[in-house]
Amino acid sequence: MLEIKNLTATAGGVEILRGITLTVNAGEVHAIMGPNGSGKSTLAQVLAGHPAYEVTGGSVTYKGQDLLDMEPEERAQAGVFLAFQYPVEIPGVTNAYFLRAAYNAKRKAQGLEELDPMDFLDLLEEKLKLVEWGPEIMSRAVNAGFSGGEKKRNEILQMAVLEPSLAILDETDSGLDIDALKIVADGVNALRRPDSATIVVTHYQRLLNHIVPDQVHVLAGGRIVRSGGKELALELEERGYEWLTEAAGAVA
Amino acid sequence: MTSPVESFVQQEYKYGFVTDIEADTVPRGLNEDIIRLISAKKEEPAFLLEWRLAAYRRWLDMTEPHWPNVQYPPIDYQDIIYYSAPRQAKPLGSLDEVDPELLATYEKLGISLSEQKRLSGVAVDAIFDSVSVATTFKDKLKEHGVIFCSFSEAVREHPELVRKYLGSVVPAGDNFFAALNAAVFTDGSFVYIPKGVTCPMELSTYFRINAADTGQFERTLIVADEGATVSYLEGCTAPKRDTNQLHAAVVELVALEGATIKYSTVQNWYAGDSEGVGGIYNFVTKRGKCAGARSRITWTQVETGSAITWKYPSVILQGDDSIGEFYSVAVVNNRQQADTGTKMIHVGRNTRSTIISKGISAGRGQNSYRGLVKMLPKAVGARNYTQCDSMLIGNACGAHTFPYIDVQHPSASVEHEASTSKIGEDQIFYCKQRGLDTEDAISMIVNGFCKDVFQNLPMEFAVEAQKLLGISLEGSVG
Repeated sequence: MLEIKNLTATAGGVEILRGITLTVNAGEVHAIMGPNGSGKSTLAQVLAGHPAYEVTGGSVTYKGQDLLDMEPEERAQAGVFLAFQYPVEIPGVTNAYFLRAAYNAKRKAQGLEELDPMDFLDLLEEKLKLVEWGPEIMSRAVNAGFSGGEKKRNEILQMAVLEPSLAILDETDSGLDIDALKIVADGVNALRRPDSATIVVTHYQRLLNHIVPDQVHVLAGGRIVRSGGKELALELEERGYEWLTEAAGAVA
Repeated sequence: MTSPVESFVQQEYKYGFVTDIEADTVPRGLNEDIIRLISAKKEEPAFLLEWRLAAYRRWLDMTEPHWPNVQYPPIDYQDIIYYSAPRQAKPLGSLDEVDPELLATYEKLGISLSEQKRLSGVAVDAIFDSVSVATTFKDKLKEHGVIFCSFSEAVREHPELVRKYLGSVVPAGDNFFAALNAAVFTDGSFVYIPKGVTCPMELSTYFRINAADTGQFERTLIVADEGATVSYLEGCTAPKRDTNQLHAAVVELVALEGATIKYSTVQNWYAGDSEGVGGIYNFVTKRGKCAGARSRITWTQVETGSAITWKYPSVILQGDDSIGEFYSVAVVNNRQQADTGTKMIHVGRNTRSTIISKGISAGRGQNSYRGLVKMLPKAVGARNYTQCDSMLIGNACGAHTFPYIDVQHPSASVEHEASTSKIGEDQIFYCKQRGLDTEDAISMIVNGFCKDVFQNLPMEFAVEAQKLLGISLEGSVG
C-alpha cells in the first residue's frame, strides 16, 4: 500500500524529516508516536502534499504510484485522507455542500457519475450515525464555531464519507474528552477494511487502547528510532520518550 | 517553498466585442450648445432643458473629487462624446422594428429582448450607449398600472411624474459627477409603481456601452407609491477597448409610505487588461429616499467590473420606522480599484439600517470600503448594524476600510464589525486534501465569504453572481 524510503523534508530551510523508512500494508494500522517536534505531524503533512514542506530526498510509493509526484487533490482522489490536527474553518460553506463537493470530486476522478444533493443526503444519513450526529450539523458552516471535539468528529465524518484507502490521523485524539475519544475511535474502527490502512499519529497511548495498532513506531529527531508491536506503546506510556530520544541523540 | 497563492492569468472578458452599427453622435466636447443639441434631439420640454443648463453651470464651478482612494490620469471632459445613439428611422412601435444587429448584440450578451424567449417574470429595458433601444413586457405591466419605460419616453408621456421626482433625491448639484450627469444625461429607465401594487415581475435594465470615446450618462428614477413593492435588477457590460470610458450614472429611488424597493446590481463592465490598460471608470451616484413611514429600500450589489469604481448607494431614512439595507460584494483583480460603500442617513424615529460589505482583493487590486452612518438629532431609537469584511488573495493587493459614524441622538445605536482575512493556504490545502482543485477551492471559499450578500439577490441573479465571481477570480491563483 505505502512504501516510504529514506524520506527527507525541510520546512523553511530547516530539515525536519531526516530519513524515514516505513512500509504499511493493506489491512494494517500503524501508530507513529514521539515527543513534540520529532516530525510526526510533518510526516503526515508531507504525505498529504502540504506546500509548506519541501521533500529533499527519498521516495514514497502509494499503490505503485509515485505519491510525491501527485498534487494534493490527486492524492486525495486516489484515496489518501488526512484527518487534520487543526481542522480549518470555511465560513459560509455548509458541511453538506463541502462534503458533497469532496465526494463528487473523488467520484469524478474515478470516472463515476456525480451524486445529486438528494441521493447524497441518503448516503449522509448513514454516515452521520457513525459519529452519533443528527442532520442539523450539515447546515452549519464547515468547522466554523465548532468546538475542538466537534472539529475532530467532523474529520471522522469526512473520512466516513470519502472512504479512504489510506487514512492518516494526525493527533486526532488531542483535545478530546473520553466520550468524544470513544466516538472517534469507534468511527475509525468501523471504517477499517481489509483493503485499507491507517496511520495514527499520536502523543499518547490512550487512543491506542481503542484503535489497536499492528505496529508502533517512535519518531525522534526526524527518524524512526524504534519500531515494535502494540506493547511498545505501553512501554512508552510507562517510561516516557527520553530513553529513546537519548539513544537517538547518540546516533546522530 | 512554493505558494499556491501566486501568479495571475487573466481570463478573457467574454463581453468585449464591438457591435458595428451606424450611430448618430454629437461632436466631441461639452458646452451649452451640446446640451441644447441633446435636449433638442430628445424633443424635451423647456423645464428639462433649463434643469440641464442650471446643472451645467453648477458643474463648471465644481471640482472633480479626489478624496477617493483611487488613482487615474486626469479626465479630459472636452474629449468625450456625450451623445451616441444607434440610428433608427422612426420611433419603434414594437420589438420587431429593432435593428436586428442590436437584437443580436443582446442575444450574445445573454439578454433576449424577444418576449417569447424571455424568462418569464423579468421585464427588460435595454440601454445601448446613450439611448434605450427596447423595453419588454410594457403592455403586461400596464395592466397593473406599472409604468416601466425609457427615461425619454417618461419625459414625453409622464412629464408631471418626472418633474415631481427628478432630482428630488440626488439634486442636480449634488456632486461633480451627478451635476455632469444632470447636464448631459441621455436616457435611462423610469419606473412608477402605483399605490398598493406589487409589481408582478422583476424589472431589469441592461446597460451596454458600445461606441468608442463615448461616455454613458444614464439616469434611472424609480418611484414606489404608498404600499407598492418592486424588485429591480441592473446589469452592465462594455467592449474591450484600450482607452478608458466614463460611466457617470445617477439612480434615484423614492419609496413612499409603506413601499418597498429592492435594487440589485450585477456590474460587469470591462475592467481593463491585466496591466490596467482600458476599462470603464464607473463614477456613479445612487441614492434612495425612504420618504414615507415604514418604507424600505435595499441595495444589493455585486461588483466585478470597471477599472475604477466610485459609488456609494445610499439611503435617506426620512420616514419613521423606515429600513435601509446595503449588501455588497466588491471584487478587484489585476489593477482594478474600487472605492465603494454606502451612506445611511437616519432622519426619522426608529429607523433601522443594515450594512454588509464583502470586499475581495486579488492581483494588484485595491479595494476600499467607505461608509457613513449618520443619526440626526430627531432619529430617536435609530439603529445601525455594519459588518465589513475584507478578503485578500495573494500578496500584492490591498483592502482598506473607512467607516464614518456620526450620532446626534443619545438613544441611537450603531454597531460596527470589521474583519480582514487572507484566503489562507491552509484553507486551500484543506480543500485540496479533500480532493478539490485549487480553483474550485477558491471559488467555494469566496462564495462562502459572500453568502450573506448572495442570499439577498433574486434567485436567478444569485446564480449569475456566483458564476461571475468564479470567472473574475479564475486564474487568480496558480
